Amino acid sequence: MFAYVVRRCFTGVIMLVVMSFVTYFLFFASPLDPGKFACGKSCPPALIKQTDKALGFDKPWPVQWKDFAVGVVKGRDYPEDPALRKSAPQLISHCSAPCLGYSQVNLINVTSELKDKIPISASLALVAFLMWIAGGISLGAIAALTKGSIVDRGVVGISLVFYALPTFWMGLFLIEFPAIKWGLVAVPSYTSIADGGVWGWLSNLFLPALTLALFYMAGYVRITRAFVLESMSEDYLRTAKAKGLAPRKILVKHTMRAALTPIVTLAGLDFAGLLGGAIITEQVFNFNGLGKLAVDSIQTFDLPTTLGLVLLLAAFVIVANIIVDILYAVIDPRVRVG
Amino acid sequence: MTSYLSVRDLVVHFPTVDGVVKATDGLSYEVERGKTLGIVGESGSGKSVSSSAILGLHRGTNAKVSGEILLDGDDLLQLNDEQMRRHRGRDVAMIFQDPLSAMHPYYTVGNQIAEAYLVHNKVSKKAAKARAIEMLDRVGIPQPDRRVDDYPHQFSGGMRQRAMIAMGLINNPGLLIADEPTTALDVTVQAQILDLLQDLQREFNSAIIIITHDLGVVAEMADDVLVMYAGRAVEYGPCKEILTHPEMPYTWGLLSSVPDLTADTNAKLIPIRGNPPSLLSPPPGCAFNPRCDHRDKVPGDLCTTQVPDLTPARSGGNHVKRCHLANPDEVYVAEVLPEIAPDLVKETP
Amino acid sequence: MSELAHAATPLDVTAPPILTVQDLQMYFPVKYRGIFQRTIGHVQAVDGVSFQVPKGGSLGLVGESGCGKSTTGRLITRLYEPTDGEINFDGRNIAHLSQRELLPLRREIQMIFQDPATSLNPRHTVGAIVGAPLLIHKVVPKNKVLPRVQELLEVVGLNPEHYNRYPHEFSGGQRQRIGIARSLTLQPKLLVADEPVSALDVSIQAQVINLLQDVQREFGIGFLFIAHDLAIVRHFCPEIAVMYLGKIVEIADRETLYNHPHHPYTQALLSAVPDVKQAAIGGRRERIRLEGDVPSPINPPSGCRFRTRCSMAQEICSKVEPPLLQVGPRHKVACHFPGELGHAPQRPVTTAICGVDDHGNAVSGATADIQLNAPGYDTTWLDLKTGQRAGT
Repeated sequence: MFAYVVRRCFTGVIMLVVMSFVTYFLFFASPLDPGKFACGKSCPPALIKQTDKALGFDKPWPVQWKDFAVGVVKGRDYPEDPALRKSAPQLISHCSAPCLGYSQVNLINVTSELKDKIPISASLALVAFLMWIAGGISLGAIAALTKGSIVDRGVVGISLVFYALPTFWMGLFLIEFPAIKWGLVAVPSYTSIADGGVWGWLSNLFLPALTLALFYMAGYVRITRAFVLESMSEDYLRTAKAKGLAPRKILVKHTMRAALTPIVTLAGLDFAGLLGGAIITEQVFNFNGLGKLAVDSIQTFDLPTTLGLVLLLAAFVIVANIIVDILYAVIDPRVRVG
Repeated sequence: MTSYLSVRDLVVHFPTVDGVVKATDGLSYEVERGKTLGIVGESGSGKSVSSSAILGLHRGTNAKVSGEILLDGDDLLQLNDEQMRRHRGRDVAMIFQDPLSAMHPYYTVGNQIAEAYLVHNKVSKKAAKARAIEMLDRVGIPQPDRRVDDYPHQFSGGMRQRAMIAMGLINNPGLLIADEPTTALDVTVQAQILDLLQDLQREFNSAIIIITHDLGVVAEMADDVLVMYAGRAVEYGPCKEILTHPEMPYTWGLLSSVPDLTADTNAKLIPIRGNPPSLLSPPPGCAFNPRCDHRDKVPGDLCTTQVPDLTPARSGGNHVKRCHLANPDEVYVAEVLPEIAPDLVKETP
Repeated sequence: MSELAHAATPLDVTAPPILTVQDLQMYFPVKYRGIFQRTIGHVQAVDGVSFQVPKGGSLGLVGESGCGKSTTGRLITRLYEPTDGEINFDGRNIAHLSQRELLPLRREIQMIFQDPATSLNPRHTVGAIVGAPLLIHKVVPKNKVLPRVQELLEVVGLNPEHYNRYPHEFSGGQRQRIGIARSLTLQPKLLVADEPVSALDVSIQAQVINLLQDVQREFGIGFLFIAHDLAIVRHFCPEIAVMYLGKIVEIADRETLYNHPHHPYTQALLSAVPDVKQAAIGGRRERIRLEGDVPSPINPPSGCRFRTRCSMAQEICSKVEPPLLQVGPRHKVACHFPGELGHAPQRPVTTAICGVDDHGNAVSGATADIQLNAPGYDTTWLDLKTGQRAGT
């Protein structure tokens, strides 16, 4: 198992390297000039050139990628150009390892920029995740146990409606009605635990998390229902029944344990994907998380930020994959002891 | 004095959108403690469905079960779900065809065996595990104290079936139902398992119902045989009687379509024509009539219009058969035997 | 189809072989999945197997699961490439031919699988399944495919008008007939039948067995009949090889193998089969109990692979692998103590051939003088009664 994790981590790192390389390539393959974006509108050509030089955009992109890679490992100083540094030593800023670059658009180094946003997206993802897992699995199991009844059809039908509704619509609806018109909850704005305590944090997350959870939950209801039904038709459930076990025990110990295993995989990957930011939901609720940052940085052609986001999300997914695999081995002895 | 298990006029019907599947239709049989009943038939003959009904495994499905299942005098069909549950595993146990899929892959063998004991006995987990080890030892698993913590996939096929038997017998039930217990196993392992079942039967004095398609297994194990076709018993009686003086053409078909290790190598395999009938719309009259080679010996259209009753066979005893033929024993000796066992006919002119 | 059908093809000792297998070996690597993968051992699925299948005749291959019989079948149809050994089909070694070179041979060697439900593509019509080989090998013009398909369906006893139905519309037995029709499409010279009836109901098994015998007679096809059911193999094949842990332990004509088995494993296997007739007339007989399970083919026992479960095993059995020794005109057995049940010799009979003493220790200067493990039979053999070489 240990050797397996080591091997997976190793391939994960290689994947990150390749992804950063590909991102660089795609960025510079575009016809737009990043220096012009950084410098701003109606920027004279001479200034663009200087900006390019300051940010290192004048070098061939593989060299830039190499500088970036070194920065991640060792840290680096800005601006790159020695001549510029000499002329204005007071402007030199150090970006310590792991340095993901310096965003000329937001005038901040990417690492600390991401550090600010991660708690927002992570809080949102975590609360939404707990909501949809709890709701999706219990509703899915209920639907499976009452297969064919009105309850089953109702649960499946309603979850399908939520699945079909666009997230932005659901988000706007929740702000407009429960929050503004009915005044049931305050219009959410992100409050950290340090600022508002656990309750303040949680209550402000409720509506955006619900928006996300309703969307994901629909899928989990259907998947759970299918897996529980599959598990219920297994021979070992007949054995459990033939032993004289009580129905509750059969459900909890035998049916659900087997049915939930495949859901672990899905849940792990979905959660990791969401950690990287819920673009639409953050936009609708005006949460300054990673999703909003991603939209902004792409619109402003902010290479370091975009790249940092891509790598962060990739790392989340890779780590989630490894964790899911380890969990699998814990759950399923056939994986553990071959 | 009634038998330990007495099934009377058992009916199991499954309503479907296409109509009612008559999986079992008026089945009666008895098994005494210490005796073995073999139920033989092809897939879809209702042999498994009728036995699952004894354990009440159709409860909670849309199956319609009626008749009487008397276990030690109690009618199991009259019990509520909770009362039925207390019988399961304690008085009636069941082992299945494929021991790999019949065990939960995520729990150790010991856990699953002990669970069967814990549910019917107020003992500690530790005591239940000790009992599981004892049973594993009894069914011939080497190093049971170590293997008790293994998972099912770490056992071989034969060992898994032994573990299933240990699980089934841990509460010393009066009746053990074995549904194709050796079909998935190799012959030498099959022989081990059959021997084990016989040993344990002597030790625990339990009644056994062995469901199989293999007449050889029946011949070795059973005291009585019940031949099923399309949900009904077509021949029922002492094993030896049925194998030597079968009186129902379907039983002849079963005997003649299986090659025998000691048979004359010139013996022919005479298959049964056609395919097993649909249980949704079984043929009118005798369900076997479309595949029967001896229909022409019955006057009129009796075979296609009337379901024959279970009537005593010529050989007497408790042997009954469901056939319109007037002299099935003579037809068998004159027409069937010479084809499937020419050597036997020569020996006894 | 002629009425004389429904009988096994008799043993024709003069028939030339269509298939000769020599020292066939298949080792599957076992990988260690650590930080770096490496091979840590091999599953010795088939280890030095030799036999012949006569033209138009049949050889039965029996044994329990894991003995390598199915792997052998797959090697012969070249679904796998063997690790070592020769597969001579019609005079040509096909063991290491490339996929392209094999293409014409695929017409001549066909396979029938165990499970008719999974070996037929559910989205293709029966006509497409049976006709596919004709199109792939371009043996007949496109407009002649359908008539040929219908002809084949008729041969296997299906309604030729049902060519545009799908496999799920047929019963298990009928599906196996479709599989047989497909395998007959290209008029093969050799059919490898891997458990062709074990997934079928008993009454249907006989139908399929009779059909296979009929097509064998009609088209003169050689059969390698692989099955675990000893009675069915006995019914179908005049000659049978018994495999255990990747090796042939005994090979003989039907009469010898079933009535005078000389290998303790064959004896145990035969005694384990429940017998309807014997139980009905003579009561139950004592079985030879085999203890335990088959050892792992990754790390098989030294010497004789059966010794760990054999009641006769002695010192020599763990030291020297018994050669497949010819002990009759058409009878070979791989055992140091071959003999009928209860009549095994006291001393190993293989010492001279293996160049060892009774305890399996090497004797200096002694070497094996005859080629063992050759396919087919010699004209001389070791007569176990006299201890001398005998011949015809």
